[in-house]
Amino acid sequence: MSEAPSILATVWFFLVGLTFIIYFFLDGFTFGEGMLQPFLARNERDRRTMLGTVGPFWAANEVWIILGAGVIFSAFPLWYGTLMTALYPMFALILLSLIGRGVAFEYRAEIDNRRWRIFWDVTAFLCNALPAFLWGMIMANMVRGLPIGADGRYAGSVSDAIDLFSVLGGLTTLSLFVLHGATFLLLRLQPGSALHGQARRAALTFGAIATVLVLGFVLLGFVGRELFSTFGLSQWLFPALAAVNLGLIWLALTLKRDGLAFFATGLTIVFSTATIFLSLFPNVMPSTLGAALNLTVANSASEPYTLRLLSWACGIFLPLIIAYQGWNFWVFRRRVQGRDEAEEGKLVYGQDGPV
Amino acid sequence: MNEIFGLSTLDLSRFQFATTSIFHYFFVPFTVGFALIIAILQTMAYRSKNPRLENLTRFFGHLFFINFAVGVVTGIVQEFQFGMNWQGFSTFVGNIFGVPLALEVLMAFFLESTFLGLWWFGKDRIPAWASLASIWIVAIGTAISAYWIIIANAWMQNPVGFELRGGRAVLTDFSAVVFNPKGLQWFSHIFTGGLTVAAFFVLAVSAYHLRRRHNPEAFRSSFKVALTVAALGSVGVLASGHYQGQTAIVDQPMKYAAFSALWETPEGVGMPESLVALPSNSLRENRFEISLPYLGSFLAFNNFTEKAKGIKELQAEYEARYGPGNYIPWVWPVYWAFRVMIGMGAIMLLVSLIYVWRWRTGKIDDPGVLYPVLLVMPLVPHLANFSGFITTEMGRQPWIVQGLLRTQDAVSDLNPLWVFVSLASFWVVYLTLISLDVFLLTRTARAGMHEPEVEAPSLPAPKYVSEGGRA
Repeated sequence: MSEAPSILATVWFFLVGLTFIIYFFLDGFTFGEGMLQPFLARNERDRRTMLGTVGPFWAANEVWIILGAGVIFSAFPLWYGTLMTALYPMFALILLSLIGRGVAFEYRAEIDNRRWRIFWDVTAFLCNALPAFLWGMIMANMVRGLPIGADGRYAGSVSDAIDLFSVLGGLTTLSLFVLHGATFLLLRLQPGSALHGQARRAALTFGAIATVLVLGFVLLGFVGRELFSTFGLSQWLFPALAAVNLGLIWLALTLKRDGLAFFATGLTIVFSTATIFLSLFPNVMPSTLGAALNLTVANSASEPYTLRLLSWACGIFLPLIIAYQGWNFWVFRRRVQGRDEAEEGKLVYGQDGPV
Repeated sequence: MNEIFGLSTLDLSRFQFATTSIFHYFFVPFTVGFALIIAILQTMAYRSKNPRLENLTRFFGHLFFINFAVGVVTGIVQEFQFGMNWQGFSTFVGNIFGVPLALEVLMAFFLESTFLGLWWFGKDRIPAWASLASIWIVAIGTAISAYWIIIANAWMQNPVGFELRGGRAVLTDFSAVVFNPKGLQWFSHIFTGGLTVAAFFVLAVSAYHLRRRHNPEAFRSSFKVALTVAALGSVGVLASGHYQGQTAIVDQPMKYAAFSALWETPEGVGMPESLVALPSNSLRENRFEISLPYLGSFLAFNNFTEKAKGIKELQAEYEARYGPGNYIPWVWPVYWAFRVMIGMGAIMLLVSLIYVWRWRTGKIDDPGVLYPVLLVMPLVPHLANFSGFITTEMGRQPWIVQGLLRTQDAVSDLNPLWVFVSLASFWVVYLTLISLDVFLLTRTARAGMHEPEVEAPSLPAPKYVSEGGRA
């Protein structure tokens, strides 16, 4: 257990963290948009406008978690199996939600029928809210540790994964993603529109809620459970940055600087996720049954040959992916506006498509 | 609690994996073939500048989209399940198996999801050549994706490029994994199989509209493209399938024996092949059998004298090698699925040849007396895929990794209640999905497309305008 992790394994641990940071950043605003929709949209036109803000992006955003899972699987197989077996019900719910959300996005516009659309709107809301909550619970469980026995076998039950700390973690990600979704809407909607004003009010409200929850989560973890204290620097650096950043959001919202507000909520997600991964290191999943049973970067990593191979693959493809995904955002950089009522319900193949 | 309704975690996990894979496999081959057909159609539209063809690609694009969404979301489940339900497996093979999965995401998933979005939503904001390039990138992405998944599966059936270290398989030679002969054969089989799924669908939709004289000019083009793809696909899938059966004798002899319900190693000259049989695992023989002499040797070895080993002899060999245990797969589903698969392949080839002949004789606008057959043909490649899946995956049991890891040793140590609940949830969700998919596909396909200048009542989308003003 005292074995020090190799440099390559350490690099891969932080790459896993980076993948999660990018995933939460990108899918965070998708979840947020989905959760805000029932509350902000007053009519069908608003709903379509809001869907249009994420339409071209959500699928590529979601791929980051498929990459995240693939990277843990190949670089830390032991971690992969233990994490997902231990939190089986949560992952199953996330999978079912991601299915529901994706299909709701694509199928909602297929039939022009009120009940059909209401069904998908309800599905979309639930399937955005559930993962937003569960990801926080999973992160909290990962960093707090679980009863892990020998060979990485989970020795606990479901109730071990549910306590004040993990529920608070879930509420934290939930509110952070709503906030991130609101500032994303500020960037994507027409300034001055009623919807834009609604999004600003939502951002202000959830800015305050998220601040309280982030601080509460960090305090409970730090004081109550002595977490967040394993990495160098000052253990307060990242949580403090995250808190300062939440102040920045409030400032940006008051000054009506939409770009800055989105940047700041994004940064909060980056810092919060980084805090989780930094405090885990050099463990990947601490065991509550004793430090000797901890899953560590060293004892759960793949062999160097596999890690070198993955490094080459990511070195070549990640810059490419970032380039073309960036180009995608650039192509759809213009703000979305609801179409005129007269044009409602009109489509010609070759001009427009379903959202 | 080790069981629920008499089902163990192992039973439930196997059932769940089979369910989610087969459902996923209903959508994925469709995507692989369909992207290629749309890319070909759009190339034709781009070169001819014909707005009707351009319109046609959007029409089929819409159908593609309906299907693609479900393919993507059901795919995520596949990856997560390895960790969730198969902890022993993911720990044992993660070093090797995770690499093609990660490569699939890096090389294909990002490409597909980004460029499909650009192609569909960005048509008015990127130049025509970039739109064309986008759909080709999607088509190539789906093929790359299929390749990596097949490589991962091929490793389980024919492990190469590894050594066992500390009870785990450790990668030693990645090029051996990438160029696993099993994987290369399967790619040709599964890729051509995917072509037939989409081709017969496009063929049916085109025939439906040709019959009703809707846009005959456009649907004639899609009919011809789809027919070409269907014919090439059917020939390819049968040829590659035949070759694969022959190599199975070498690397998975037990699976081959199950294909043929061959319990005893044949005596005398030449190996017969049963045409009809009722295999029984408990009796370790066929309750009933009609077979033709020498056919088995001919199919398996291209001669009339060579013989494969029977199930009983192989069982004895495996016991000597791996210790006591039951190494015999459940024979009757494998045997019958194998025959259904081949039968469906033969029907696909026959139908495409008939229509190629009609095309040659200038009767392309009239689907003829076989019109009802053409309308149900989209089900045939799906049935072939389904039975192919049963054949190859049930045929390798009890191994999850051939000769290295048994399925029973790979399963996670889970409360069966959780697996039961998740299994039931997946069934509900997947049955809903498949009904919706079929319903929407049929509805959209029947509605057809409209002349470019005529507006159709459906599918509004938000309009993008430049900042601060109207476009």
